Amino acid sequence: MTRSRVQQQDADTPQETKISPMQFIARAMSSDSTVIRLSVIVVLLFIGFSIARPDAFPTTRNMQSMAFQGSEIGILAIGVGVTMLTGGIDLSITAMANLTAIVAASVLSAIGTDVSPEQAQLAVVVALGAATFVGLLCGMFNGFLVAYVGIPPILATLGTLTLFQGIGTVITEGQAVYGIPEYTFIGTSQIGVVPIPFIIFLVVAGIVGLILSSTRYGFETYMLGTNPVAARFSGINSRRVLMLTYTMSGVLAAIAGAIILGRTNAIRIDFGQSYILLTIMIAVLGGINPMGGSGRVIGVVLAVIAIQFLSTGMNMMLFQSSGANFFKEAAWGMLLLLVLLIDYTTVRYRNRRRLGGSGKTKA
Amino acid sequence: MTEELLKVVDINKTFAGVWALRGVSLTINRGEILCLVGENGSGKSTLIKIICGVYQQDSGEIYINGKQYKNLQPIDAIREGIQVIFQDFSLFPNLTVAENIALNHELARGKSFVNWRDINEIARQALDRIGVDLPLNATVDEMSVANKQLIAISRAMLLNARLVIMDEPTTALTQKEVEALFRVVKSLQEAGVSILFVSHKLNEVQAIAERVIIVRNGSKVLDTAAGELTQHKIAYYMTGHEVTSSTYDYQPQANGQESLLSVHNLTRTGSFEDISFNLKAGEILGVTGLLGSGRTELALALFGIKPADSGDIIIKGQPVRIRNIQDAIRHNIGYVPEDRLTEGLFLLQSITNNIVVRTLKDILNQFGLFSSSDKSKQARRWVDSLHIKTSDPQLPVSSLSGGNQQRVVIAKWLASMPHILILNGPTVGVDIGSKSEIHEVIRELARNGMGIIVISDDIPELTQVCNRILLLRRGRLYEEFVVSEIDEVTLNNKLLEIVI
Amino acid sequence: MNWKSFFARQEVILAIAIIVLSLLIGLSNPAFFSLPNVFRILRSTIVIGIFSMGVLMVLVSGGIDVSFPAIAAFSMYATILIISDTGIDSIPFAFAVSAAVGVGLGLINSVLIAVFRLPTLIVTLGTLSLVRGVLLFYVGSRRIRISEVAPNLSEMTRANLLSVQAPGGGVANLHITFAILVVIVIVVWFILRYTMFGRALYAMGGDREAAKRVGFRVVRTQFVLYALVGLIAGIAGMVHCILSREADPFSIVGIELDVIAAVVLGGASIMGGRGTVIGTLLGVLLITIISSSLLLVGISSEWQRFVIGALIIIGTAIPVLQAKWNQRRLQVVMQEQST
Repeated sequence: MTRSRVQQQDADTPQETKISPMQFIARAMSSDSTVIRLSVIVVLLFIGFSIARPDAFPTTRNMQSMAFQGSEIGILAIGVGVTMLTGGIDLSITAMANLTAIVAASVLSAIGTDVSPEQAQLAVVVALGAATFVGLLCGMFNGFLVAYVGIPPILATLGTLTLFQGIGTVITEGQAVYGIPEYTFIGTSQIGVVPIPFIIFLVVAGIVGLILSSTRYGFETYMLGTNPVAARFSGINSRRVLMLTYTMSGVLAAIAGAIILGRTNAIRIDFGQSYILLTIMIAVLGGINPMGGSGRVIGVVLAVIAIQFLSTGMNMMLFQSSGANFFKEAAWGMLLLLVLLIDYTTVRYRNRRRLGGSGKTKA
Repeated sequence: MTEELLKVVDINKTFAGVWALRGVSLTINRGEILCLVGENGSGKSTLIKIICGVYQQDSGEIYINGKQYKNLQPIDAIREGIQVIFQDFSLFPNLTVAENIALNHELARGKSFVNWRDINEIARQALDRIGVDLPLNATVDEMSVANKQLIAISRAMLLNARLVIMDEPTTALTQKEVEALFRVVKSLQEAGVSILFVSHKLNEVQAIAERVIIVRNGSKVLDTAAGELTQHKIAYYMTGHEVTSSTYDYQPQANGQESLLSVHNLTRTGSFEDISFNLKAGEILGVTGLLGSGRTELALALFGIKPADSGDIIIKGQPVRIRNIQDAIRHNIGYVPEDRLTEGLFLLQSITNNIVVRTLKDILNQFGLFSSSDKSKQARRWVDSLHIKTSDPQLPVSSLSGGNQQRVVIAKWLASMPHILILNGPTVGVDIGSKSEIHEVIRELARNGMGIIVISDDIPELTQVCNRILLLRRGRLYEEFVVSEIDEVTLNNKLLEIVI
Repeated sequence: MNWKSFFARQEVILAIAIIVLSLLIGLSNPAFFSLPNVFRILRSTIVIGIFSMGVLMVLVSGGIDVSFPAIAAFSMYATILIISDTGIDSIPFAFAVSAAVGVGLGLINSVLIAVFRLPTLIVTLGTLSLVRGVLLFYVGSRRIRISEVAPNLSEMTRANLLSVQAPGGGVANLHITFAILVVIVIVVWFILRYTMFGRALYAMGGDREAAKRVGFRVVRTQFVLYALVGLIAGIAGMVHCILSREADPFSIVGIELDVIAAVVLGGASIMGGRGTVIGTLLGVLLITIISSSLLLVGISSEWQRFVIGALIIIGTAIPVLQAKWNQRRLQVVMQEQST
C-alpha cells in the first residue's frame, strides 16, 4: 500500500504553521474574490461603454436587448459550470439545446397553425414538455455514460455531442423547420421592463445556486469535484451525484433551447454550434475551476453580464459589419487566455496544482 | 579517496521562520548501512532533501567525497553518486521495465535517439547486478510493488550510485520481499555502496542497520551503533519522553454478550479465504499480518469497497449482504482509511466541510436545505471534543498537521455514529504525541459501546489498544490472541514464525 | 503468444472491426471494393490522417489540442494570399510558408501551456477562437480559387501518385498528397519510437513529475511539441487547400471532433502515456470508411453524424470496460506473485 506522494511533502512542511493575516484573508475569500473582481469588471465595462457611446449603450432598449441575448447562453453556462464542478465537462450541452429546440419546433410544426388560440397554447405546452423530456433523456444518457460506464466526461460528451447532432440531422433531414406559431411571445415579450427570458435566467440561476449552496446534493457535488476517491470512501454516492449533475445539464439545455426557439421562427441543426466555446469560457470566467471543486453560480451570472456588455459595446464601437462577429471570436479567445493567465498565477490555482488536483481532467 | 563518502557539518534550515534543522552533523562512510529514524516533522525528510540537493541549507557545510559543495544542486548530487528512491519510486507505469531502468541513463549520456537494443542490454545488466530477473518488455503497471522497488534500485545503480537513500522502503513489502530487499542491500554494500534507510519500523531498523541516527525536532539526538539500542531506547529518543504504554482493559458491556459482528467463512478470491471471527460491542479487535496476508482486504470487504465473494456476515444477529460502500454505511460500519490524503480527506475543502460530509442530512430542514451556521456548529462540536488544533475551522484541512488531519477523518466518521468502526493504520504518519491521544480516543469509543477493528503492522500499537488480535497469513486466519495473555515479544516472534 | 491479450489490444479490435465492416458494406454493395472507391477512401483519409499524427503526439503527452483546424486554415489562407500578392508560385514555397506560419501559431500554445502551465483544453479552445477570429476578421474571408493565383500549384491539384486503369472501366487515381501523409506518418512514427523526444512524450503522459525527476526536459519538450503540431497543421491546411482546389477559410470547420475521435478510437488514452501510430491510422480509416460509405449502403448521409457519435461512444467505452475487467484479474495475479 504505497502512500501518496503528497504525504511525503506533508512530512517536511513544518507542523502547525502560523497563517499570516494576508494568507488567511486570501483563503477565506478565495471564491469571494472572484465575485468581487467580476463585479468590478462589470461596473467598469458599464461605465466605459456608457462614456464611449452615451447615446446607445446605457439606454433601456439596449439593456433589454442585452438581457434577451444573454439569457440563453447564461443558462447554458450554468449547465456547463455545474458539470465542471464535478471535475468533468459537458461538451454536448449546446447540441442538446439545439436538439430540444428542434423537437419542440417539430411538434409545433406538426400541429400546425390552423388551430384555435386555446389549442395553440396547449400545443406550446406539449411541445415544451416534449423538449424538456428529451433534454432530460439526453442528460441522463450522458450521466449513464459518465457515472455507470465510466467513460471520461470529455470523451463521453464528445460522442454524445456528435450523436445528438446526428439525431437532429435525421429529424430535420438537414432542412430548417419552419412554421412555429404563436410561441414567439415568450422569446420576445417582457414583464414590465424586464424581458421574460432574463427572468427565466435569473430564476434558474437562483434555483441552481440554492441547490449548490444549501442542499446535500450541492455539497456532495463540490466534495466529489475536490476528491472523487475520498468522496467514495466517505459514502457519497458518486454515481447518483454525477447522474443528477448531467441530467440537470440536460434540463438546463432544454430551457435554453426553448428560449432560443422563442426568438426565431425557424431552426436548423447547426444553430449555435459555436456556442460551446463561449459557454465554457463564461463558466471559467465566472470562477468555476475546470478541475472541479469550486465555483459559484453568482460568478457565472456576473460573467454573462460582463460578456454581454463587452459584446454589445464592441459592436457599437466597430460599426456593424460581418467582420464584427469574427472580431468577437478573436476577442473571446484573447479574453479567455488572459483570464486563465491571471487566475493561474494566483494562489488558489497554484495550490490546487501543487496539492495534485487530478490534473488529468484536461479541462 | 577517503573513507568518508558524505559529511555534513552543522546544517541549519528554516522554512518561513520555522526551524526544520538545527545544527545537524552527520558522516556516512563507504559501504555503511545506516538508518535514519525520526517522527514526522523531526526534520529527517528535510535532511534527505538537503543531502540530495533539492533544498539548500541556510548555513553549514556539505562535503561529498572530500569535495565541498557550497550550493549543492540535484545534478551535482547525482553526479557524485547520491541517489534517492522516494516512496512512489518515480516510475512510469505506461513504459516497459527496460525503459524505466535505462532511459535516464541514456538521457544522462545526452542521447537524442533511442537504440532499443542498447536499452534492453543496459537494463538486463542492471538487473543482473542486483541478481533479479524481470521481464524487460512488460509494462511497469503490471509489476508488483516489490518488483517496482527493485526496478527503482537497479535504475539508481545504473547511475553509479555511491550512496542510495531509501525512504521507507519496506512499507509495502511482504516479509519475503523485505528479505529479498535486504539481500540486495547487502550485496550493494559488498560492492562498496552506502545505504541510508529512512524508517520508522523499529524492528527492521535493528535487523539491517549498522548505525542508527535519530533526529527529533530538527536536531540529531543520537548517532550510535545499532547493536547498542533497544526498541525502547529508540522510542525514547524519538519522542523525548518515556512512552507510557497502557493497555486496553476490555469490560464486557452490560448488553454486549451477543456479538456485534460475526463473520463466517468469508472469502474473496485472490485476497483472503475462509475467515471467521466475532466482535462484541466494546471490543477492540486488532488485525495484523504481513503484507499480502489479506488484512487490508478484509477491511475493504467489510466496508464494501472490495466485497467478499462468499461467506456470511452477521450484524447484531441479522445476516447482511455488503456489496458496496452504501450497504456498509447502511449497516453502520465506518472506515478510516490508510492513506488519508487521497482516501480520507478533501484537502482543499475546509475542516468544517471535511467533518460534516457524512452527516449533512442531519441538519437539513423540511425543504432539504441546510444553513452554513448549522454546519459550522456541527463541526465545532467535533473540533472541540477531539481537540483538533486549528485557529479557524473554515481553513482548508491541508493546513493541519498529520495528527490533526487524522483526527478530522476520525471525526467525520464519529459524527455519523457507527456501531462498528474499522481503522486502517490509524497512526501512520502521525507524531508520537498525537499517536497516544488517538489511541485514547479509540479506547474511549470502545468503552462507550462501539465495536472497533484496528488494522496495523505496529505491534506496540496493537498491544496497547486491542484486547484481541487476529493474525492473518496468506489470506487465512493463522492464530488469534487475547492480549492479556500475550506480550509484545511473543507476538513479534509469532510474526517471524509466519515467514517460513 | 498470449492470444487472449493479443485480441484484447485496441489495434486488433479495430482491425477486426474494419474488416468486418468492409465485408458488410461490400456485401451490400460490391462497388465498395472497386479500386476507384478504395482510392477515394484513401483520399479522404489524407487530411484527417495528417492532423491525427499531431493530435496523437499531444494526447500521448497527456494534453489535448483543439486549435489545430484553425491553425491549419490560417496558415493555408495566409500562404495563398502571400502567393497571390508576390506571385511566387512554387510548391515547396507554399508548403514552407504554410508550415512556418503553423509553427508560429503553434508557439502561442507552446508558451501558454509549457511556460505558464495552463490547462490544455481550455487554452487550445482559446487559441482556436483567437486564431479563427483573427483570420476571418483581419486576414480575409474571401474564397480564392487556386487556379486563378498560382498555376503551378494548380497543377499539383491534379497530380496523381498512382493512376490505374480500373477493371470495371474508368481510371482510379490516388492523389499525390497521399505521399505527404505517408511521409508524415513515417516521421512521427520514428519520432515516437526512436527519439528521446518521443519517449519524453510518453514519460510525461505517464507521470509528469517523475519525468522531471528522471531528467527529461519537460518544459522544453512541451514547447517543441505544440510548435510541431502547428507545423503539421500548417502542412495539413495546405494539403486540404490543394485537394479542394481553393482556399476557403471556412472549410476546415468541425474536423477536430473526427480527428480526436479517430485518435482515441485508435487506442490513445485521454489521460496520456499511451497511443500508437498504427492504432491511430486504423482509427482514421474506420471513421473515414463509415463517413464515406453510408451512401453506398443506402443509408442517407444525414445518419453520418449519428453513426460517428455512436462509434465514439462505443469506442471509448471498450477500453474503460476492459480496464475494469483487467484490474480484477491483475489483483489475482499480484496475490499469486507475492505468495
